[in-house]
Amino acid sequence: MKKTFKHCQSLYDLPTHYCPGCGHGIAHRLVAEVVQELGIREKTIGIAPVGCAVVAYDYWNFDCSEAAHGRALAVATAIKRVHPRNIVFTYQGDGDLAAIGTNETIHAANRGENLSVVFINNAVYGMTGGQLAPTTLLGQKTSTSIEGREKKAHGYPLKISEMLALLPGVCYIERVSLHSPPEVLKAKRAIKQAFENQIHNLGFSLVEILSPCPTYWGLAPKESLDWIRDVMQKEFPLGRIK
Amino acid sequence: MAKIIINQDRCKGCFLCVNFCPKGLIKKSVKLNKQGLNFAEFSRRGNLNKGGIPPKAGDLTDCIGCMQCVVICPDCCIEVDK
Repeated sequence: MKKTFKHCQSLYDLPTHYCPGCGHGIAHRLVAEVVQELGIREKTIGIAPVGCAVVAYDYWNFDCSEAAHGRALAVATAIKRVHPRNIVFTYQGDGDLAAIGTNETIHAANRGENLSVVFINNAVYGMTGGQLAPTTLLGQKTSTSIEGREKKAHGYPLKISEMLALLPGVCYIERVSLHSPPEVLKAKRAIKQAFENQIHNLGFSLVEILSPCPTYWGLAPKESLDWIRDVMQKEFPLGRIK
Repeated sequence: MAKIIINQDRCKGCFLCVNFCPKGLIKKSVKLNKQGLNFAEFSRRGNLNKGGIPPKAGDLTDCIGCMQCVVICPDCCIEVDK
């Protein structure tokens, strides 16, 4: 008998504070496994966002920094320019990257900063109580859109990945999902690609991960994965965008 | 023959592993863990409805070691022995 899976060194063997069935736990593990497999643990610097993953640095066993809400890419730009040999990545949610941090995101991408971004899209603000996010789907009920999102009042879901794909400084954008084990493995490959692009100095890479938030979608964990597969994927189609 | 080991005290009871096990070898426990939650439990044979028999060391099981439970577990609770 041989152990085929055990905790990798880049992830502390700790229980996380996330809700049952939350996609952050899976995404944290994927990032840690990629860092471990590429052998860059000692020169990786992660930037934690504000949001549910605000204490991501407690779980990763490599250097991390915290950023003000939405400013992770501004902090990452500074760190990468001061330490160009280090691998710098940000891990941000949709409330962080696509709402308050849209400005930083677009300009960091437009400058073609050599960074990797892991963008967790769960279509609500998780940490603050499930309010409407820019990425919330039309008709989706949240605590600030109790009748469902309406296009007249709230506009349309923001497709930040498609927007960034127009910019010449961006080298790689892919949208992946966590709704089944094969999709999780695809997500890992995409994250690995984003890190490899940075190692080869190719420019700005972003991986958008459709992640379940069972608590604020009001669904059981398995139902929330089915909801990604059946509903969310139609608005946010998976695959390589650039 | 493969076997999975579930860290029962860390399990938060999302039961994604139960849903994705192709052999139906993981079930919801009757007991509660340290956090006061029902946890996922490994059973030796794939009789999900009747409740499985907990495996002993060296037992043959129906587990094929496909790792789907490991890949989907958000809390890194599951280890696989092959």
